Amino acid sequence: MFWDWNYVWEITPALLRASLVTIQATLLGFALAATLGLVLAIMRMSRTSWISVPTAGFVEFIRSTPVLIQIFFIFFVFPEFGIVLPAMTAGVIALGLHYGSYCSEVYRAGLENVPRGQWEAATALNLSPYITFRDIIIPQAIPPVVPALGNYLVALFKETPLLSAIAVLELMQTAKILGSQSFRYVEPITLVGGFFLVMSLVAAAFIRQVEAWLNRSLRNPGGER
Amino acid sequence: MTTPMVKFENVTKRYGALTVLDSLNLEIAPDEKVAIIGPSGSGKTTVLRMLMTLERINDGIIYVDGEPLTHMPKNGRLVPADERYLRRVRGKIGMVFQHFNLFPHMSALRNCMEAPIHVLGLSRQEAEQRAAELLDMVGLSDKKHQYPSQLSGGQQQRVAIARALAMRPKVMLFDEVTSALDPELVGEVLNVIRKLGKEHNLTMLMVTHQMGFAKEFADRVCFFYGGQIVESGRPEEIFSAPKEERTRQFLSAVLEAS
Ligand SMILES: Nc1ncnc2c1ncn2[C@@H]1O[C@H](COP(=O)(O)OP(=O)(O)OP(=O)(O)O)[C@@H](O)[C@H]1O
Ligand SMILES: [Mg+2]
Repeated sequence: MFWDWNYVWEITPALLRASLVTIQATLLGFALAATLGLVLAIMRMSRTSWISVPTAGFVEFIRSTPVLIQIFFIFFVFPEFGIVLPAMTAGVIALGLHYGSYCSEVYRAGLENVPRGQWEAATALNLSPYITFRDIIIPQAIPPVVPALGNYLVALFKETPLLSAIAVLELMQTAKILGSQSFRYVEPITLVGGFFLVMSLVAAAFIRQVEAWLNRSLRNPGGER
Repeated sequence: MTTPMVKFENVTKRYGALTVLDSLNLEIAPDEKVAIIGPSGSGKTTVLRMLMTLERINDGIIYVDGEPLTHMPKNGRLVPADERYLRRVRGKIGMVFQHFNLFPHMSALRNCMEAPIHVLGLSRQEAEQRAAELLDMVGLSDKKHQYPSQLSGGQQQRVAIARALAMRPKVMLFDEVTSALDPELVGEVLNVIRKLGKEHNLTMLMVTHQMGFAKEFADRVCFFYGGQIVESGRPEEIFSAPKEERTRQFLSAVLEAS
């Protein structure tokens, strides 16, 4: 038989457990990417050239090398310098770093679109650079770029199977193991594909929610009425 | 004589090869209201922006309230001010912009609370009370919770005035604050400025194309041309009997246009 339902029920628990690993890697990786991206974007906009120039170089370097190489580098080469990381940690860092450099470009576009008059008003009111960023610039810069950031969330999610290359027990790796045990690949691989499809759709809906929520709550930073 | 509230001493400002202000000298007394008039590109905005520390100067010194603004004392000499020093001294100055520059994601009230909380260290209650009083003063107590996009241009500009006043500056700068407004909204903003002039001990510098208002409101009018003050004096002198040919030409051109 081409498709065996009994086998499907048999492997479902293992795949569900693995999907938690995939989701965890996605969320941790994206949390890192979103935070690091903002930091990189602000550093790249710095007027001090010994901050902005190396940051720009770093971002370009990360963006123009494959994420798989970065995963291998962190997992296999870092130990040579005494930094030994578990596979999951190494994978999350590599994904966060890679997508963080993409996100930084998105943030930068958002930051640059805030009118100069906003910066000038903040200076005229003597707000510190930190408060200016936190309360004036970032709340205006981020909502317009949430859809673009969301695209990278989905892209990062779809790249998590790369972590199977360093034997993280995420979905793809689990499916491969199940397949090699039973010599049946159709069901595990199809289920994994279906899972990615469903989760991508869920993520897209989630991003729209975040967008709406951000637009509402950032309108009101003081939480005042 | 009392120390001037604002003093420009041989101030020069260049953009690349273009000298926008050429060795400007200007003293403004405490509580004095000065109107700055002149043709487009004569450097009027630049004067205000330098005072607000939005532009660096190339030469000379600006003093505010007896203290250097653009420079700080270091080892007995004056050296160009750093960010930290600027943050300390520019609190004496407030500015209202042509295009309001309100924070669009904050209510009118919150616009007026942000800096008092984070810069002056006021509590939320104190800041809110001060903001509400000022919005009341500019006639907007019923619009406190509106966002800038829900306000007319005249109302937005009045919020911007309240926001600047909430920092209790000694000097207020107004850069063509009515020129982005529909004509029927100009009056409400000018009324607020009149009221400010009467009720507060504020030194005020305003760049304006409203010659009628300058004449009635200002203690002194400075006519700028090509980065220099060509003529300055009491409004009745400047408007009725200008001494300089350029002033005459400018005033007749403005009169013809209106
Ligand atoms: N950032 C800048 N870079 C280069 N040149 C500038 C800059 N800002 C102003 N200028 C030039 O400086 C000169 C004075 O400008 P300023 O804005 O002070 O004129 P203004 O008197 O306010 O004119 P207007 O009545 O049109 O507002 C102009 O020639 C202008 O083109
Ligand atoms: Mg101007």
